[in-house]
Amino acid sequence: AEVEETLKRIQAHRGVIATVVINAEGIPIRTTLDNSTTVQYAGLLHQLTMTARSTVRDIDPQNDLTFLRVRTKKHEIMVAPDKEYLLIVIQNPCE
Amino acid sequence: DEWAAAKTLVKPPDQLELTEAELKEEFTRILTANNPHAPQNIVRYSFKERAYKPVSYVDQMAIHFSLNGNMILKDSDEGRRQSIRLSTAAEKAPVETSAVTSEEAEIKDEESTRDTQAAGEEEAEGSGTAEVSEAAEAEEPPLPRVKEQKLANQFNFTERASRTLNNPVRYNQVLINPASVSQWEIYDAYVEELQKMERSKEKEKPRAQTAKREEEKKKGRKLTSLESQSDDITKISKAAKIMERMVNQNTFDDIAQDFKYFEDAADEYRDHQGTLLPLWKFQYDKTKKLAVTAISWNPKYKDLFAVGYGSYDFMKQGQGMLLLYTMKNPSFPEYVFSSDSGIMCLDFHNDHPYLVAVGFYDGNVAIYNLKKATSQPSYKSSAKSGKHTEPVWQVKWQKDDMDNHLNFFSVSSDGRIVSWTLVKNELVHTDVIKLSVEGTTMEGPEGLQLQTFGCGTSFDFHKKIDYLFLVGTEEGKIYKCSKCYSSQFLDVFEAHHMAVDSVSWNPYHLKVFISCSSDWTVKIWDHTIKTPMFIYDLNSAVGDVAWAPYSSTVFAAVTTDGKAHVFDLSINKYEAICTQLVVANKKNKITHIQFNPVYPVVIIGDERGHVTSLKLSPNLRRMPK
Repeated sequence: AEVEETLKRIQAHRGVIATVVINAEGIPIRTTLDNSTTVQYAGLLHQLTMTARSTVRDIDPQNDLTFLRVRTKKHEIMVAPDKEYLLIVIQNPCE
Repeated sequence: DEWAAAKTLVKPPDQLELTEAELKEEFTRILTANNPHAPQNIVRYSFKERAYKPVSYVDQMAIHFSLNGNMILKDSDEGRRQSIRLSTAAEKAPVETSAVTSEEAEIKDEESTRDTQAAGEEEAEGSGTAEVSEAAEAEEPPLPRVKEQKLANQFNFTERASRTLNNPVRYNQVLINPASVSQWEIYDAYVEELQKMERSKEKEKPRAQTAKREEEKKKGRKLTSLESQSDDITKISKAAKIMERMVNQNTFDDIAQDFKYFEDAADEYRDHQGTLLPLWKFQYDKTKKLAVTAISWNPKYKDLFAVGYGSYDFMKQGQGMLLLYTMKNPSFPEYVFSSDSGIMCLDFHNDHPYLVAVGFYDGNVAIYNLKKATSQPSYKSSAKSGKHTEPVWQVKWQKDDMDNHLNFFSVSSDGRIVSWTLVKNELVHTDVIKLSVEGTTMEGPEGLQLQTFGCGTSFDFHKKIDYLFLVGTEEGKIYKCSKCYSSQFLDVFEAHHMAVDSVSWNPYHLKVFISCSSDWTVKIWDHTIKTPMFIYDLNSAVGDVAWAPYSSTVFAAVTTDGKAHVFDLSINKYEAICTQLVVANKKNKITHIQFNPVYPVVIIGDERGHVTSLKLSPNLRRMPK
């Protein structure tokens, strides 16, 4: 499908280390990392996204979270929340 | 005389014998108020001074006789109560006598009689007759009332209390965890309620509409069944799209920063010259062999642009593609359409930015609808619906005609300018004008008069005057035409020696237009004057020229030697203020250039299928005063 193509392109993009797709309960559906790391990322980022979304909506209930970026020393973790899924991409922004 | 004789002293036998001197002693007897029995030296112990102290005053009262009496003052409280009691006791006597006479010993009757009596007495009082008994009885009504005031003292007060069993107060509450309910959950619940209400309202609508509703429901059901059949991963498409853009932004971070914030500071020292800063480069592997034949920005989404791919080479004609890129995602196009024939031109509709009109090399025209997911055009002309016999060089949307049908114009090398109207999902064509070249009627076989037509290569419509437009031809002439006259031109300009590649009206100066040609020149005209106002020789065939949207004096031209020239007439009338090599490979020819309506960016397309975006330096962006 088109979405598959998009995900493949993202994965093949310069600097992208890993891609993880997790569902609404925090269970990873599709990943390019090993199992333990995936589970760890899934659990922690799921919590973080829920807290972030709760914060945004508490301030204004008509607002909603569209994207979350965590820039760290080593790389950048990007989270795109959806209604039922969570797309996580870890990229090394070539600097 | 016995009595007198009795005066002699009779002495008792134990009388005290006293001498005469002692007998004459005077004894004083004082009558005081002191009580001789009262002690005179009472001493009390004082705890304060911790010593015995004599009491100064001793009570001298001697009580000889005391009797406790039981007489009370008549006016005191007790006295009044007693008198009342005595009088009621007296009143009871006559009542009792009446009760005796009636011979009814029940208390209720007594009371009723008493009440009736009281009522009767009141009336009697009111009437005014007063007898002693009545007067006495008249005192009864107020008296029983006073009597009701029961005294509470030790003798006639009893308190009877009982201890009730009070059940402990129980709270019937529902305790919730406050951390789990937040503002937005409440909001969501409300929104759901609203939606439910709306749905129920829709159901209440008259049944005439239920047929439609059922159809919609069926369609909806079909869609949902399709969705459930397809892979669950498709639901993440929106998030994936955003993610791709973000990933790209990260990779091309410096370019994005340049695009937004970089202003060439060296422009101050460059004395009116400017530069073009290269930004993103857009390419797609399937278009590597195709040349960019048309570029256009979307009127609504200022970062979206369409690129048409085809081939200018007569011999090498292959497929065509239409790609739509956005500046937010430089690595992959948003929309991809492929076609059998090379695309030569395209145009976005101003009011419906999802409609793209496209002209093909084989003479067909088509309309693509971006809202639909198909890769095929929504409407396409065909041989029988009057397609051109030569490549269509330019298409332009017009205002909706009187029946509110969409329509656009196309110009082609077969010399016809055709207006296409979208009527009931079909393209209907109307020949607007035929470009006949004067003085070239030939005598064909069998004495037919053949009229050769000029080959139109470009056209442009006036911004304000609706019917006025210009057509450039392969012979180098520019015709000023009107939509109303189909055979006559308003005017002819002998413009160039070779084909006119592009004509364009100035967006601000309504009389001025510009034309460029493969004869290496760019010319600026006033449409009332036959000769050009300015002529620029650019040393190489000029592919395209475009006015800047922000200034009436700035325009840009691209040449086949890979250079882009930017002119600003307010600064320098004879030379370009910027000449820059845009394409790396010298063999690569630039074909088209377009200014972004909002951002200071131009995009340039070349023959290899690459589209380069460049940022204009501040010197090039001078607004006219």
